[in-house]
Amino acid sequence: MLRFLIQRSLQNVVLLWLVSMIGFGVLFLAPGGPLAQFALVPGMSRAELLRIAEQMGLNRPIPAQYWEWFTRLLSGDWGHSYRDGQPVLWIIGSHLGATLELMVVSATVAVAVGMWVGVLGAIRRYSVFDYLATIGAMIALSIPTFWFGLVTIYVFSVKLAILPAGNMYTIGDGSFWDYVRHLIAPSLVLGLVTVALWSRYMRSSMLEVIHQDYVRTARAKGASEWVVLTRHAIRNALLPMITVAGLQLPTLLSGALVTETVFTWPGMGRLFLDSLSYRDYPVVMGVLMLSAVLVLIGNMLADILYAVADPRIRLD
Amino acid sequence: MTDFSLKDMIRSHGLELLSRRGFLSMSAAFAAAAVVGAENARAANASPKGQIIIGLSQEPVNFHPLMLAIEVDQGVHWNLFSPLWGVNEKGEFTPQLAAEVPTIENGGISADGLNWKIKLRPGVKWHDGAPFTAEDVKFSLDLLNNKDFKANRRAGHELVRDIKIVSPTEITWRMEKVYAPYVSILSWTFIVPKHILEKQTDVNSSAFAANPIGTGPFKWDSRVPGDHITLKANREFFGEGPYVDTLVFKYIPDMTMLYTQFQTGEIDYLGIQGITPDHYQEAKKLADRVVMPVALPFIENIAFNLGKPVFKEKAVREALYYAMDKQAIIDAIYYGLPRPTESYLPYEAAAFNPDLPKQSYDIAKAKKSLDDAGWVPGSDGIRVKNGVRLAFVNSTTAGNHVREQAQQLLQQSWKEIGAEMTIQNFPPAVMWGDNWMQSKFDSAMVGIGFMIGPDADTTDYFSSRSINAQGGSGQNTTQYVNPEVDKLLGEGSATVDQKKRNEIYKKQQEIVRADLPYLPIFQYAMVEGVKKGLLGFKSNVNTQENCWNVNEWKWS
Repeated sequence: MLRFLIQRSLQNVVLLWLVSMIGFGVLFLAPGGPLAQFALVPGMSRAELLRIAEQMGLNRPIPAQYWEWFTRLLSGDWGHSYRDGQPVLWIIGSHLGATLELMVVSATVAVAVGMWVGVLGAIRRYSVFDYLATIGAMIALSIPTFWFGLVTIYVFSVKLAILPAGNMYTIGDGSFWDYVRHLIAPSLVLGLVTVALWSRYMRSSMLEVIHQDYVRTARAKGASEWVVLTRHAIRNALLPMITVAGLQLPTLLSGALVTETVFTWPGMGRLFLDSLSYRDYPVVMGVLMLSAVLVLIGNMLADILYAVADPRIRLD
Repeated sequence: MTDFSLKDMIRSHGLELLSRRGFLSMSAAFAAAAVVGAENARAANASPKGQIIIGLSQEPVNFHPLMLAIEVDQGVHWNLFSPLWGVNEKGEFTPQLAAEVPTIENGGISADGLNWKIKLRPGVKWHDGAPFTAEDVKFSLDLLNNKDFKANRRAGHELVRDIKIVSPTEITWRMEKVYAPYVSILSWTFIVPKHILEKQTDVNSSAFAANPIGTGPFKWDSRVPGDHITLKANREFFGEGPYVDTLVFKYIPDMTMLYTQFQTGEIDYLGIQGITPDHYQEAKKLADRVVMPVALPFIENIAFNLGKPVFKEKAVREALYYAMDKQAIIDAIYYGLPRPTESYLPYEAAAFNPDLPKQSYDIAKAKKSLDDAGWVPGSDGIRVKNGVRLAFVNSTTAGNHVREQAQQLLQQSWKEIGAEMTIQNFPPAVMWGDNWMQSKFDSAMVGIGFMIGPDADTTDYFSSRSINAQGGSGQNTTQYVNPEVDKLLGEGSATVDQKKRNEIYKKQQEIVRADLPYLPIFQYAMVEGVKKGLLGFKSNVNTQENCWNVNEWKWS
């Protein structure tokens, strides 16, 4: 186990370094730059812009800029935003809470519902419920999120006026109930896809397990159907879900680009999108690195948990 | 990847205006001479109450009012800071931190226009309680001229010499040369506090912007990045109001959502890009909402890069202008909202020339113009002259559906006269980067606010010294050169008498209309929306995005 951890960590460090280099290179090679938005201020001259670019160090060769950014990162300095001059970590921190709230709430509810639907679909295979769940999941997976989000707002906020039209809270209110009201629609929209995804995974995993010998043995020993399901079937069917969860973990923090935009949710997804369109390189790189770290941690965690949960697997 | 195409979609809901990044000011009736007397109308603003939420489709992020910033930031600056004088909706200068606006008549400006004497309003306090003095004015002007400072704008300020502090409420300086637009420039130059900024070792530090201190009607309260900014009433404000306690600037990136939140009442005022034209008819019917189209200082143009051989000849530009169906573009694509125009100046400008020849949509005339100039249709129907095909690219911000439709319309009618236009659009950072600034484009569809604040000086756009691609410095990206225009621009900025200046600029408009470096299409109009009961709102084309007088806003 320890050897695995060391080996994997080293691999991850190399991977992160590659991600940072490729990300940085692609970003800087993309046309345009952070000063383009100021190019049209009346009286702004090219000479002036070049001077500012020099002050900001933007006119140096890309490898030199990368090296400076990288060495600073190693010393814990993530740099400052080109847009508002604030530290990158502070900016990320100020968007993280919003994303976490939305993602954790929607994921928790959706995973629970998704698994329940999956299990039920598997044990009542080809029943009306199973068919409905399958069709429902297909529809949920195919609906474009932005469209579904806009429709939700149109129906519940504009027409019925029972839910707020986006935002995380009412400015000047901010009570618990106010937060909850604002959470309903975006987490529903986000959660729908998660429910569909998890129900499909759970169903197929369950179907595999349900016909295994040990399940039949448990039945033969006279265990009740409930015990057979919960102790023997579901527990084993849950194993592959650990991998799925590991893969989903990064999205908890990196946010949902579309949902956050439609629902005016000040989270990480929108931060990434805004920073990208303003070519705010330090922030984009910060978010990129954070996501990369999360992906790697998520994967590693899944592997470790898998080993812990399933005695048949040894990591060494 | 769907996420990125969504962003494009969102963008396309709004009219992406080129100069939205720049200063959005112009003059309704520019009148430097017409100065409103210092009305020390100190209202009894004992108990400001309530809250106003202003919805914006861009996020304000720069709060140092003299540093590089875009238009949306300046809406916040107006409420946190004060200039020496402002401009009201009639184009009159109104004293703010100055006790009166300097003119030749009141002795503030010497007869030769070179020596300035400004009397300051006594008793004004910064938000932290420190007194405002002439030291702050000197510090602000010096900062703008500090070469290490990322200044938003130096033009005009760089001519200021020998700043002397006569007393805490009086300051004088000398201008290197007469520069008439400087009064206008100062009307949106905000004064910053010396006692705080002088302590910063790095002039470009972001510390001040994280907690700005001004003299404006509202004080900084807090910012939730990516979401909103909260300001609180400054009960010590030297002018009228404020009447509301809390002012919120709320960032809603999706234009459709911005409108929806206006519809559902989550925001009280819809600013900057306003209600998109396709929602206008619907918005008019909303209960308890007031919507109104207001003129904007932007002119929508086709800009030609005169450095390209195909556009060198005036006959070509004329022919393309004749073959442009302006009314169709306005009616079919812009819901009839904007007003067709012949000038680069807005209708409301005092220097606007109403007597320019009217363009008419006339394919026959267009063809004749090209025939006469010797452009002969080739085998593919595209005209050729001396080996140059009448073919070019037209570019604008990618994803702007409205503009794309207008491009297609032009493409069709220009094809009729034997001109081949190819559409190739780019994301904003590419389109308006070197491509635009260094005149690498063929032709562009672009909305430009040509004026400097409430001033009709357009040296930046039409002077032969403002061509970046030719080593100059400015915004003359069409590479337009006309010695007569150069001469008029020089005269204009050196003439203090506003009436004479207006005549000079009227003449300039005639020449530019004849030369057609830009084909003017229309002057923009924007649909603004306020919640019923919100009073005091005044649209003002002279300032940025109408958040200029929030101190007078109140709930009925």
